[in-house]
Amino acid sequence: MDLTLSPDEQAFRDEVRAWISDNHPGKEPEGLSEDDQWKFRVDWQRQLHEGGWAGVSWPKEYGGRGATLIESALFNEELAASRAPGPANVLALAMGGPTLIGHGSEEQKERFLPPILTAEEIWCQGFSEPESGSDLASLKTKAVKDGDDWVVTGQKVWTTYAHHAKWCMLVARTDSEVAKHRGLTYFLMDMEQEEVQVRPLRQITGEAEFNELFIEEARIPDENVIGGVGNGWMVAITTLMNERSGLAFGLQVRLKILLGQVIDLVKEQGLEKDPLVRQRIGQLYTESEIMRLNAWRGLTGIMKTGQPGPEGSLGKWHWSDINQALTEFTMDLRGPDAPATDSEFTFEFLRARANSIEGGTTEILKNIVAERVLGLPKLR
Amino acid sequence: MNFDFDDDQRSIKSTAREFLASRSKFEKVRECSEGGHYDEAIWKEMIDLGWAGIFIPEQYGGQELGVVELVILQEELGYAVTPSPFFSNAAAGLMVLHAGSDEQKERLLPGVASGEATGTVGILHDGSAPLVPDAEAASFIVLAGEGDTTRIVEAGDAKIEHRDTIDGTRSFARVSGEGEEMPGDAGAGLDRACAALAAELTGCSQRAMEMAVEYAKDRKQFERPIGAYQGVSHRCAEMLLETEGARAATYYAGWAADHEPESLPAAASMAKAYASDAGWRVTASSLQVHGGIGFTWEHDLHFLLKRAKTDGHLLGGASWHRDRVAKIAGLGDAVIAQV
Repeated sequence: MDLTLSPDEQAFRDEVRAWISDNHPGKEPEGLSEDDQWKFRVDWQRQLHEGGWAGVSWPKEYGGRGATLIESALFNEELAASRAPGPANVLALAMGGPTLIGHGSEEQKERFLPPILTAEEIWCQGFSEPESGSDLASLKTKAVKDGDDWVVTGQKVWTTYAHHAKWCMLVARTDSEVAKHRGLTYFLMDMEQEEVQVRPLRQITGEAEFNELFIEEARIPDENVIGGVGNGWMVAITTLMNERSGLAFGLQVRLKILLGQVIDLVKEQGLEKDPLVRQRIGQLYTESEIMRLNAWRGLTGIMKTGQPGPEGSLGKWHWSDINQALTEFTMDLRGPDAPATDSEFTFEFLRARANSIEGGTTEILKNIVAERVLGLPKLR
Repeated sequence: MNFDFDDDQRSIKSTAREFLASRSKFEKVRECSEGGHYDEAIWKEMIDLGWAGIFIPEQYGGQELGVVELVILQEELGYAVTPSPFFSNAAAGLMVLHAGSDEQKERLLPGVASGEATGTVGILHDGSAPLVPDAEAASFIVLAGEGDTTRIVEAGDAKIEHRDTIDGTRSFARVSGEGEEMPGDAGAGLDRACAALAAELTGCSQRAMEMAVEYAKDRKQFERPIGAYQGVSHRCAEMLLETEGARAATYYAGWAADHEPESLPAAASMAKAYASDAGWRVTASSLQVHGGIGFTWEHDLHFLLKRAKTDGHLLGGASWHRDRVAKIAGLGDAVIAQV
C-alpha cells in the first residue's frame, strides 16, 4: 500500500499545474451572451489542445497524450482544482472519442477524432427518449435502410449541447423483430440538416442546458454506423462506462471546493460552535474524503484487474448523495436568504436535484450493484 | 500510488481468514459468549502466530510491522467476531509505544507482545472509565481522557467493577485508579487504536452484509427469492456502499499511521466516526433482511450486531469523532465531550 505519488507522477502533476497556471483563462466573464459564453469554452479547449492537454487519456496515434490512468486522474484533479471551465467538447472528449477508439473503423477514427480535439466539431449524446429513460434499450427512434443511407425518425431528450453540436451519438432501433437489446445500432448523425430540430428544454433552474431533439426522416450514411449494425447496446454501454468512471476525479475535487465554501459560510454565519452544524460538517468532510479515497482505490483495481472493483460502481451514486446533502446544507445555513436567487448556492441547490438522475439514476445504480457486484437475482 | 495490500500483507490477511474460519466459527463464538469466557487455545495460537506483537518493535519482542498489518488482523477478527483480548491488548501496546517512557516500554511491551502480561485502555469520564474491555484479566490499564493525565494503572491498584454489556463476546468493566504518568503522545496511540477499532467494525459490516446477501438469495416469499425485490436488494447495495466507505477510511488511517502521521488525526477520526455508524447500520439492516429469524437468539447475526454497536461506543463515539473532524476542518475547538 502506497498512497504517495511516484517521482514521475509528481513530475507530471507539477507539469500540469505549471501549464494551467500559465494558461488559465480566468473566471468566465459575467454577463456574456450565451454565444460568447460558448466561444469562451471553445477558445479554452483550443488552448488546451495546443498545449497537448485535450484528449489526455487518448492514445498518441489519435492525437492524445497517451497518459496513464493515474496521470489522467491527476490531470482531471488539477483542472478541477484550478476552477478552470470545462472544455467545450467534453462529451466527445470523455465519451464519444473513447467509444470511437474502442469500436470505430480506422477510417472513422481518422475522419472524426481530430476535429473533436480542436473543438471544430462538437458532439452531443442522443440516448434517452421521452418514454425510454432508465429502460434505455426500449427506445423507439427508428432507423430504416434506404440505399446507402439510413433514414431516422424519432425523438430524443436530455440532449446536452445539441444546439452547438455537429454530430450526435445516436442510438436507434434498426430491428424490431429481435430482443430489445439486440435490435439497436449506434450512429453518428449529422445535426446540420433540416430533418433534425432542436428545442431547448428549460430546467427547474431556469437554464436550458439540455435540449429535445425532433428527428423526422433524417439521413445518416451507412459509413457512420459505429461498431456494426445490431451492436448499438454494447457500444452505448462503453460510452456510459466512460461517463461513469472518467468523471470521478473531477467530481471529487469539485465536492472539496464546495465543502470549503460551505465551511466559509458556516464561519460567516457565526455557526462554528453549533453542535448540529459541526456534526454535518464532520459527516460531509468524511464522506467527500471517502469518495476521493474510493476513486483512487477504484483506479488501483482497474490497473490490477482491468476492471473497476466494487467501489467503482458506487462512486457516482455516492457523489450525488454528497453533493445533494452539501447543497441542501447551504440552504439551511442561509436561513431566510436561502430562496433568494442572488446567490450561486441557490442555483447549485436546484441543479443538484438532477445529480441522482443524470448518467444513470441512483435506483438503477443500486440495481447494478445488487445484481452485478452482490450477485442478487434480477427482478425482471 | 497503490491502494492495495502488498504480497506480504495479503498473505497475513489470507492466513488470518483461514485460521479464524476454522478456529473461530460461530459455534465457538456462541460457546464463549454464553459461557462468559475466552477460548484460551485460540488466544495461545494467535500469540504463537505473532499477532499480539505485530506492530511492536523487535527489541520488545514484537514483529515490528505496522498499523496496516494490525488493521488487516482486526478486520478479520471483526469478520469472525472472535472472542479474545486481542484488541484491548493491542490498544494498550499502542499507548505504551507512543505515550510511554523508555522505561515503561521496556517494562510493559514484552508482556503485551507475548500475551503474558496483557494491557487494556479506557477513556476517562468524570473520574472513571465506564467501559474498559478485558480489564479484569489485564496486568495494567492505560487510562486517558481530555483534561486528564494519561496514566498506567497496575491491576492491583485499580478499582475494577465488572459490567455486563450486550456484547457477550468480550468482558467489560468500569475502571478507576491512580498510577504513573505517561510522558509521550497519547493522541498518537489513541488514533492508532481507533484505526484498529474501525477495522474491526469494517469486518463486522462485511460479514453481516455477506450473510444478508446469502439469505436474500435463498429465502423465497411470494414465489421469488426476496433479493429480487428492490426493497431488499437496494438495502443490500446500501450495505456495500457503507462497508466499502468504512474500509477505504480505515485503510487510509492505517496507512497514514505508518507513513503520513500528520494526516492521522483526521484519518483516524473519519474512520472511527464512519465505521461506527456503518457497523451499526449494516448489521441492523442485515437483521431486517433476515426478518424474524434474525431476531432470534439462535441465529448468529446478533453477535455481529452487538459487537459492532459496542465497538462504536469505545474510544469516543461517532459524534465525538465527527466533532473532531469539524475542528480539523477549521471550525475551532470541540464542543462535546469524548464519550
